[in-house]
Amino acid sequence: MNTADQYLKAIYLIQEVEDGPASTGDVADALEVSPASANEMIGKLENRGLAAHEKYKGVDLTDEGIVRARDALSNYCIIERFLANVLEVEAFRVEARSLEAVIDDTVAERLDRLIDRSEQCPDCFDADTDACALLDLEEVGAD
Amino acid sequence: MSLGQTVASDRQLARLLQIGVVLEEMVEASAHHHVRKRDAELDEPVAALLEEAATESARHRERLEALIAELDADSVAYEEIQTLVEAQYAAADEFDDVLYDQLCNEETAYKFYDDLLGALGATDDETTDAVSTGEASATVLADETAISVDRDRLVATLREIRAEEADGVETVTDMMERRA
Repeated sequence: MNTADQYLKAIYLIQEVEDGPASTGDVADALEVSPASANEMIGKLENRGLAAHEKYKGVDLTDEGIVRARDALSNYCIIERFLANVLEVEAFRVEARSLEAVIDDTVAERLDRLIDRSEQCPDCFDADTDACALLDLEEVGAD
Repeated sequence: MSLGQTVASDRQLARLLQIGVVLEEMVEASAHHHVRKRDAELDEPVAALLEEAATESARHRERLEALIAELDADSVAYEEIQTLVEAQYAAADEFDDVLYDQLCNEETAYKFYDDLLGALGATDDETTDAVSTGEASATVLADETAISVDRDRLVATLREIRAEEADGVETVTDMMERRA
């Protein structure tokens, strides 16, 4: 997942929680980057028509940005579920976060063949807990 | 969330190599499935290509497993992935074209190794270890001290496998074009 998609996913999830624009500070916190870096990337997303930024309000994803963010979130869910169900990784959430940058859409799509993902995906992802609501720790064996 | 592509620990590397093993196992399982289930409709060149792909994937898998063992981690049993692949084919109402399926396998594997090399700071054939901060590939040099496996050998192995995947893509594409 490239950096832009990681930003789109983060903004999308913050907007889900806030039910409104995402502040640059929250985006920076979510991605563990400086506010300056977040500002720069948000500007790039805006230039590409994926987000709209309003000073003192925050950033809103455009319809196209939402589509890409949801695709990125789906890929993240594939990684989580693959780690949990196929590799039986107990700390699948932590590890998914460390792997998502290296796992491309093409690879995620292939791994998706090995898992049973809900038709609701990515709507089953709970932005408040930052985790798939359907993927319970009890399903996972010991690592 | 970890922004940018990095490999920062043995655990993370082992996990990525395990994913590589699974991708190779999927190639093997798919090829064996097609040869077994569609034997009558497969002509000799396609059957030979699938057999060769399965053999090559098994070889790649063994090389990855050797690296995983050095990282003190376990690999993923082939039988487990074979069962999942068979279940997926059984559930599908329609099969992809065999060659198209094989092309997707080879392309996916190539992309995976290419991205992994990128995350190790070894995107090109020169060991420049340059740090790039592009948006699409925010590559940061892997912390060599955090990885216990010999980095040069790791990179050389992954490059060799990637080159064979690239050859595989070309072989399948050529065959598809000849048949178009």
